[in-house]
Amino acid sequence: MMDGTLPETVFGLTGEVLTGLMPMAVVLSQSGHIRLAGPTLIRLGGDAPLVGRRFLEVLEPVRPRDIRTIADLAPLMGKRLMFQMRNHAATPLRGHVLPLDGGMGGGSGFGQGLIVNLSFGINVAEVVRDHALTHADFAPTDLTVELLYLNEAKAAVTEEMKALTRRLQDAHQLAAAQALTDPLTGLGNRRAFDEALMRAIAGANRGVPFALMHLDLDRFKAVNDTLGHGAGDQVIARVASVIRSEMRIGDMVARIGGDEFVIILSGEHLPDSILRLGARIIQQVEQPIPCSTGVARISVSIGVCLSRQPESRDAEAMIAVADAALYESKRDGRGRCMISTAG
Amino acid sequence: MHGLVNRSFQLFLRDTYGLALWADVAADCGISADGFEAMLLYDRSLIEQVLASASARLSKPQRALLEDYGAYLITFEPVRRLLRFGGIDYPDFLESLDELPGRARMAVDDLILPEIELRPGAAGHVALILKDGWSGFGPALAGVLRRMADDYGALALIDVSDDGATVQVNMLEERFAVGREFRLAGAVA
Repeated sequence: MMDGTLPETVFGLTGEVLTGLMPMAVVLSQSGHIRLAGPTLIRLGGDAPLVGRRFLEVLEPVRPRDIRTIADLAPLMGKRLMFQMRNHAATPLRGHVLPLDGGMGGGSGFGQGLIVNLSFGINVAEVVRDHALTHADFAPTDLTVELLYLNEAKAAVTEEMKALTRRLQDAHQLAAAQALTDPLTGLGNRRAFDEALMRAIAGANRGVPFALMHLDLDRFKAVNDTLGHGAGDQVIARVASVIRSEMRIGDMVARIGGDEFVIILSGEHLPDSILRLGARIIQQVEQPIPCSTGVARISVSIGVCLSRQPESRDAEAMIAVADAALYESKRDGRGRCMISTAG
Repeated sequence: MHGLVNRSFQLFLRDTYGLALWADVAADCGISADGFEAMLLYDRSLIEQVLASASARLSKPQRALLEDYGAYLITFEPVRRLLRFGGIDYPDFLESLDELPGRARMAVDDLILPEIELRPGAAGHVALILKDGWSGFGPALAGVLRRMADDYGALALIDVSDDGATVQVNMLEERFAVGREFRLAGAVA
């Protein structure tokens, strides 16, 4: 597919050897006409003959743009130039121009003419695809094919890394959810409660009040002792579902111990409505609970602390106040709900 | 051992023999059924345990398993394509195999394959000498070369020495059949 060879050899190299070494090279006459073109460049040119045409008619200078005549190339010898094929604008090419007589001097005296070697720019993959180039279109020393190889290898590895990241992210989210969940009831656990309480206190400082209820089951130990731990678990699950059914969106329930629950009620709550809520929970929890080994009868004592109280800026202090109210309920005969009046 | 090897061997067992076999092998080796991550590094003893367990459970010699594993790798289009970059035809591909470890490192810098020395013999015959590295690579490479011969449309006989360190390739016909298509920039960007 050679486009014709030079009648004479260039410094002992035949045209065939020259374009074998540099399949995208062109040799230009003093006047800028193509005397020899490499086979790969001919392919890029759409397999039309290039010999005899003016170089600047075949290739458009991109950088620098103001190359109008072949003489304009003189000061650009040895520099990295950018061209594109005029028949295929999406083919950016790097160019390297040198005089054939070896002189690097300026002026327009190119003596025996010029040699221009070209190579692919950074968009090599698209050019190679558009022109369906193969290994055979590149000199064996050319690393362009390796560039394409690397491009694909990188894509494959990146895909694998993304898959790994997705799996790790899923595992992380699952672990995070599990770390905040009580597995028996599906309620929040102690950690979830601690975080929710911190958020609620921060909210209270911005003017959004809340109430903290601390619930402790009464006579639960007797269930475990007489009906077994399986029954104990069933009782806990039942209490959890009772509490959950009384909650509204925005409220938070956690199981923070064997038979201890906490509730964070968001928003403004009148003491009366909290006491009524406590009474409803107590009334339902006191219903006999059928278990696989018998019927459990328990109750629940509740202590409440309101965020309006002075201790409300401190999580531990709030818990202590709710605990004190809970203790009051227990001492008062259990199955009660008391709101702390401390402070 | 690079996780790519462990992971692909896991997928080979799973896809070829089923999830139950893989789960049994994983249990034998004390690893989770999720198995390996392709981009992590593992102790070499792990792949050896996996191989030994699979070989025992399937009553199949380790070498035969590894050859099948090598062939399985080529079913992954990115792997097939990356290998096809090695040469324009099968002889060209074979001659480029001493660059394979370098190419592997170019793709994944901690993927270390044994150095491969090419010893061309009589026409169409070449011996590949694997230096150092895990002895399982030889049989796996044989499986890869066999499948790549098909891919290029060549007819070749491939043999592994007992120690797994030498792979003999005897190419009978360069153009035996129509090979699969390969374009240098074929994958859609």
